[in-house]
Amino acid sequence: MADEKIIQFEVLRYRPEQDAEPVWQSYEVPFTDDMSVLQGLQYIKDNLDGSLSYRWSCRMAICGSCGMMVNDTPSLSCQTFLRDIYPEKVRVQALTHFPIERDLVIDLSDFVEKLESITPWIVPKEPRSLEDGEYLQTPKQLAQIEQFSSCINCMLCYAACPQYGLNNHFTGPGILALLHRYNADSRDGARNKRMEIVNSEDGVWGCTLVGYCSVVCPKDVDPANAVNRNKINSTMDFFTHFFRSEGDSK
Amino acid sequence: MTMKARTNEPIFWSLFGAGGVVVAFVLPMLILLTGIAYPLGWLPEEAFSYDRMMAVAANPFGKLFIFIVISLTLWHGVHRIFLSLHDFGIEKRNWQRWLLYGFSAICTVVTAVLLLVLPVQP
Amino acid sequence: MSAPNSYVRPMKGWWLKHPFYLKYMIRESSALFVTVYALILLRGLWCLVEGPDAYAGWLEALTNPGLIAFHFLAMLLAAYHTGTWFAVSPKVVPHIYIGESRIPDAFITRIQYVIAIVCYLVLLVLVAGV
Repeated sequence: MADEKIIQFEVLRYRPEQDAEPVWQSYEVPFTDDMSVLQGLQYIKDNLDGSLSYRWSCRMAICGSCGMMVNDTPSLSCQTFLRDIYPEKVRVQALTHFPIERDLVIDLSDFVEKLESITPWIVPKEPRSLEDGEYLQTPKQLAQIEQFSSCINCMLCYAACPQYGLNNHFTGPGILALLHRYNADSRDGARNKRMEIVNSEDGVWGCTLVGYCSVVCPKDVDPANAVNRNKINSTMDFFTHFFRSEGDSK
Repeated sequence: MTMKARTNEPIFWSLFGAGGVVVAFVLPMLILLTGIAYPLGWLPEEAFSYDRMMAVAANPFGKLFIFIVISLTLWHGVHRIFLSLHDFGIEKRNWQRWLLYGFSAICTVVTAVLLLVLPVQP
Repeated sequence: MSAPNSYVRPMKGWWLKHPFYLKYMIRESSALFVTVYALILLRGLWCLVEGPDAYAGWLEALTNPGLIAFHFLAMLLAAYHTGTWFAVSPKVVPHIYIGESRIPDAFITRIQYVIAIVCYLVLLVLVAGV
């Protein structure tokens, strides 16, 4: 076609069975203005190099699978468009601060372990039965948590966070935002249990408010706010926990 | 499940925060005045003269202002320097805390002693 | 559960890789300068207690061109700290509501600028209006 445009992709490849280190590989991808980076990768896999590995699913920015570095910015590849990059090259690598398992696929076991550790469900304050009926929540109570419940676990915030990159014991922005989502829920009663994580050196105190996490979040969760407002909570907890009767946070 | 130890950081973060407010709302102008405008002669001679400074330091509010500016700025700076070490890839260690917070603690005491030595006049 | 043979990329030079990170490091560098400035003030207080001659010596030392240059840089960085502090402070507080509507982050930032300018002017008048 006369008006077919070509964009250069540079992808950081890593195949543990043959590569000692990751290596950049270039591809020429014909594209139209509606194509995303993800579609560019799919063109490569379908037509140029079937060995390329990457995660994707919904291709509409809701599943959180396709996070990767596009020109050094943590991005959802399905939501990043080639027309916005052209005529520059598209430099793609796996999400930073995570080990590369293969090509654009990261080892996210650390993230999953942390997710499991924060009691990510509503623990009733008192035992309830069906006769008690449903929880009632005002719009204002919902507003306390709604934004933080939008997280799609895409881990772009972890790629953005240098403190996580420097120390992967740090609980990190997304998980702490989810932790806050439960602590702030009027229906939940497990706040004291979760405060143990918040109050630790690798809890909220690992954050130095770089703030890049909230910039890259595709769902406007604002993890920087979730983490840093809990510094105040943690400080108050630090100075007042002696007066509490429950002994489950030391 | 191993229990995670509670960190003492809230203490130093609180001082850092208070210091940050001081630095944000006072220091840009104060640095301009003491470090640039006065040495370059843009201000009247009496602005930072010995007599005037003794009068300010004799006033209880003057003492408080001087104490807050020096002490809280130090607590703020020192906490950030501690965190910046980590930004450069150096792992957080207790000796760093003792050194840095110890330094700001000593300076705070020195500042307080100096201000208390100066006479008080309402 | 971690993948065997996975590759860990080094963090060296991380803050050079994106302008956002570089600005963060510049913001953090202000800490060193304000710390030194506080120590200069402490030295001034020490000299004040020692007596008029010592204090005159401190004032004299402040006229050193190198020290003035330091203060100029310190003032710029302190101002940069101020800007970033105000921009970032909405992140440290819970969402504030008046009735049902939330006060936007931008408002919290802007109101601090207003207060800061008032503080700077008050300080200027107190010092210069002898």
